[in-house]
Amino acid sequence: MHGINTKKSLNTQNSSTETNNNMSELPTYTFKDFASDQEVRWCPGCGDYVILRAMQKALPMMGRRREDFVFVSGIGCSSRFPYYMNTYGFHGIHGRAPAIATGVKLANPKLSVWVITGDGDGLAIGGNHMIHAIRRNIDLNIILFNNKIYGLTKGQFSPTSDIGQKTKSSPYGNTQRPFNFGELTVGSAGQFYARVPDNNPNDMADIFVAAEKHHGTSVVEVLQNCVIFNDGAFDSMVDKSVREDMLLYLKQGEKMIFGKEKNKGIRFNGRQLEAVTIGENGITEADILVHDATDPNPSMHFMLTQLQYPLPVGVIRSVDSSTFEELVDTQVSASVQKSKFKSVDDLLFSGETYQV
Amino acid sequence: MSNDGHMVAEQTEQAKIKLDHVVIRFAGDSGDGMQLTGSQFSDTSAMLGNDIATFPNYPAEIRAPEGSIYGVSGFQVHIGEVEISTPGDDVDVLVAMNPAALKTNFSAVPKGKTIIVDIDEFTSKNLTRAGYDQNPLDDGSLDSYVIIKAPITQLSRESIKDMGLDNTSMNRTRNMFALGMVFWMFSRPLDYTIKFLEKKFGNKPNIFEANVKVLKAGYHYAETLELLPSAFTVLPAKMTEGTYRIIMGNTATAWGFLAAAEKSGKQLFLGSYPITPASDILHELSAHQHFGVVTFQAEDEIAGVCSAIGAAFTGDLAITTTSGPGLALKSEAIGLAVMTELPIIVVDVQRGGPSTGLPTKTEQADLLQAMYGRNGECPVIVIAPSTPANCFDFAYEASRLAMEHMTPVILLSDGYIANGSAPWRIRSIKEMQPINPAPAPAPEAAADWMPYLRNPDTLARQWALPGTPGFEHRIGGLEKEDFTGHISYDPENHEHMVKRRAEKVKRVENYIPEQQIDGAQSGDLLVVGWGGTYGSLITAVKSLHEEGKSIGLAHFNYLNPLPRNTREVFSRFKKIVICELNMGQFATLLRSEFPDFQYLQYNKVQGLPFTVLELNEHFSGLLK
Repeated sequence: MHGINTKKSLNTQNSSTETNNNMSELPTYTFKDFASDQEVRWCPGCGDYVILRAMQKALPMMGRRREDFVFVSGIGCSSRFPYYMNTYGFHGIHGRAPAIATGVKLANPKLSVWVITGDGDGLAIGGNHMIHAIRRNIDLNIILFNNKIYGLTKGQFSPTSDIGQKTKSSPYGNTQRPFNFGELTVGSAGQFYARVPDNNPNDMADIFVAAEKHHGTSVVEVLQNCVIFNDGAFDSMVDKSVREDMLLYLKQGEKMIFGKEKNKGIRFNGRQLEAVTIGENGITEADILVHDATDPNPSMHFMLTQLQYPLPVGVIRSVDSSTFEELVDTQVSASVQKSKFKSVDDLLFSGETYQV
Repeated sequence: MSNDGHMVAEQTEQAKIKLDHVVIRFAGDSGDGMQLTGSQFSDTSAMLGNDIATFPNYPAEIRAPEGSIYGVSGFQVHIGEVEISTPGDDVDVLVAMNPAALKTNFSAVPKGKTIIVDIDEFTSKNLTRAGYDQNPLDDGSLDSYVIIKAPITQLSRESIKDMGLDNTSMNRTRNMFALGMVFWMFSRPLDYTIKFLEKKFGNKPNIFEANVKVLKAGYHYAETLELLPSAFTVLPAKMTEGTYRIIMGNTATAWGFLAAAEKSGKQLFLGSYPITPASDILHELSAHQHFGVVTFQAEDEIAGVCSAIGAAFTGDLAITTTSGPGLALKSEAIGLAVMTELPIIVVDVQRGGPSTGLPTKTEQADLLQAMYGRNGECPVIVIAPSTPANCFDFAYEASRLAMEHMTPVILLSDGYIANGSAPWRIRSIKEMQPINPAPAPAPEAAADWMPYLRNPDTLARQWALPGTPGFEHRIGGLEKEDFTGHISYDPENHEHMVKRRAEKVKRVENYIPEQQIDGAQSGDLLVVGWGGTYGSLITAVKSLHEEGKSIGLAHFNYLNPLPRNTREVFSRFKKIVICELNMGQFATLLRSEFPDFQYLQYNKVQGLPFTVLELNEHFSGLLK
């Protein structure tokens, strides 16, 4: 009577309209439906508040049921995030969120699984899990809060801190070269990478929606301000007074144009990307590159992740390809169908047995 | 094939010496196929109704230099018409395929016993490699043994010289010649092995034919050899009626999980990282994805256990498999599973330690790591199988306890039983104990539901799975308030929760069997063991008990919590001796749990199992 418990069938595309248990109509959610009853305990003015609000705003736009969202985190300021979301949540141990989330996703591929991590959690102690999750292209949405510092342990340099940065553990200046998370993602065969500053909640919500829609590992790096230990780390690029001139807002299929006057752009000079002014030195709009996040060739995306001025934000890479959990599910389902063993009993009594 | 079967029958009865049990060891280079040769012999014997126990002894190096001492690989088989519980201490017949194999295995053979050597391999080069100054076959050092000098290499090649095989392929058949000889000595038929070869070399008919030819050549050589004084026979053992198969410990462990998944209606998930000697469980479960099993070979040990925790949170029967060094890496995550009160099973196939230690050798030195090797007060259930076959039962039991009590379970196997094989009487899943995992909350309970509501008897919390509407909740590694699961740093609450988690594991004693005693039920000496040492201990205790000695064996499979009647069992004997393949870890536990008894110890840490002989001597001394 005990049948074999086969793998739950996968719903890959358009997961938004499907649910696990309930085929009834999708409720209309507002951000309040995703706020838990827990008091938020981040420092006043922390960039994390903006991210939390953007997420609570984005989830109702995804067309999915609340019970299908799972937020998994590691350790650090960012990792308190799941406690503040009225969804399923798992506050793990330092660096291991991608591994825990991988188990969740493999156990039930229909869930929308999110990893909330930081630059210390995700790139130092959890760096190994991060690169392997990305290379497998498992359908997780990984949001990394990068503030270039350890906050919860009170102010040590992190793997994204700048050379020379003075912190509690580098009072004479940081001597370790930093990771560029965009480079690392593309270098780990990542198929989705987006970058967004923490003072732009609308763009951030849109990017979260795009990450959820993307089929495969989606990596979102939020440039997040730590008011206590590294205040203003991104101000020279992202502050409202300068950002129009310093940031390159990438839009799919559109020219890479930036600047208050919309007169600057990015061209490829045969060796690298460079910022140019349209109308100067014979440059015309025709010289300016068009952004294509969907190009399977990662070369241009890699160059974009490296560009320092202007700093590209938005979805840099978004390429659809088969996911880890799909490959697993396809293989397991095919094996289940083909198998002559319908019960474990068939295995136990198979092959070389003998009677006593 | 039937011809070969007849040959056995045609052997004259008076030529056969009847034995109740016999130990044979095949030893050669790690590339000589000794594991295969040995397992063919043991499988054939099992088919004839013998009880068997086997023990492979192989080097950590995959292919050490040919002819070297550290490249020697061995496979020991113990067959009998009596009940066999160990692969045996003393070797009755040693097959040594080269000088290095003789050198490293010689000490296991008592005087008067038989040694078969491949004389062709005793060249001066090979003798030097093995560290012999002179040829032991010529210098008289083996005079008190029955030495059979067979030109195995030459005769193997001779028998297939016309088949057009290359040199390497020809030499690779040598093990079949040796196997054929031993088959004749012990009156075994060849058909099982011929069938096996057919399967193995189905697409290489030439190689199949060559192996069969050499196997038969060895058989006929032994038959006609005047040097072989006589043949032996081992009659079938008296075993409980039923359907049997030969099973290795690691395979049994994997199958126990498959059975538990089916019985409980759960999907089986394994998150694992390869490590000797546990990897075979990963291989075996990966081969059975047709049962819907998901095996995830992770980037490291930590990801293995963490993915299992994620799968358990999502409702799977989730396991991770490893050996000692991997258990150390997983310890923080096991604490997380204790804190989140999720059911995961951690299989530790113990090997010699510390550090990388002796990867292919056995030891029981992870007990205290399993009990205490985590930060904080962090109790888990610890159980240990004690034979290759009951690895099945205890993998099944670990699954039952984890899911019914919502707590991690550590299953302490070891390299000895994991790689050993024995007959296993197969039972249908229908006959197995039911598994009732902690339930999901009822939909109507959503309004006042809390993640740490507990079953009043077991203290297990409910298992609300992601994807279920109305039960969205958050859990994690921070201390939580009982019932609500909210983060709490309250001092009183923390102490309460520490005690709750301990009490939950302690109450498992109400759901496990009482401790049994083999042999005398009370009296002079109680031998105490646990896990993989059962075979040696029961053999020694039984023989002394049969001699009329007042000796019993309490062999523990449940280590935390201990069976409820443990104290009572201890109180029935005058002396208690705890035997372990470590420096006294179970003894340490028992001293702290039941300090009112005096515990003697017998310990061994050589990467090897106990021998029955040494146990007999020691127990006899204690009984004087």
